Amino acid sequence: MPYTVNGNTIETDEEGYLMDLSLWTQDIAAAIAQAESVDMTDEHWQVVNFLRDYYNEYQIAPAIRVLTKAMKEKFGPEKGSNKYLYDLFPYGPAKQACKIAGLPKPTGCV
Amino acid sequence: MSEEPVFDTQGVVKKFMYVNRRAPYGTIYPLEILESVLVAAAFEQDTSVAFLDDGVFQIKKGQDPKELGMKNFSPTFRALAGYDVEKLYVEKESMDARGLKVDDFVVKVRVVSAAELAKLMAEQDILITG
Repeated sequence: MPYTVNGNTIETDEEGYLMDLSLWTQDIAAAIAQAESVDMTDEHWQVVNFLRDYYNEYQIAPAIRVLTKAMKEKFGPEKGSNKYLYDLFPYGPAKQACKIAGLPKPTGCV
Repeated sequence: MSEEPVFDTQGVVKKFMYVNRRAPYGTIYPLEILESVLVAAAFEQDTSVAFLDDGVFQIKKGQDPKELGMKNFSPTFRALAGYDVEKLYVEKESMDARGLKVDDFVVKVRVVSAAELAKLMAEQDILITG
């Protein structure tokens, strides 16, 4: 399902992940979030930006276990938990947050 | 029909070793092996990775395959520690034959002789070569 943002059509795969990761903008993220019924707060953006930084460094989207561990190291135990991330992204932080962040589906997410 | 899973694999941990023998680009094997390593690690298996023959080039610093139309996936090897994959082996003979040193690699590795690597391979439950 393609997204239309600022008059541009952004192609996605059948699961809603961006086909061209380089096209990502905050406006596109907001459009994907809206389609996912996620109301973006500062906490949501923090996770999305964290995922984008992780992807830039390692060229992959992290598995959930790896994401929680890395979040814990950077932001402390409260934010490095499954519960915290599932509260923000009810359909799975790795899947839903990665989609909003414009990243591919995490490897190891089956 | 019950809802019980057919295979109860909860808590089963096997020793997986992935053996990289090919140069990073030109075939899809190295990238597929790396994906497979990440899947095994995501399932919390006891995962190790060995580099020998031209496979040692996969972790060489300074790769730029842009002209080949391929993604430089060498940074992903640095993510393995976060996946608790910490056993990375380089075969000494292969490294020496190609004039490489441990400082040439993007990750910290343990250098082992062919004989030591053979011993490690014998200890595995699963060996996957690419």
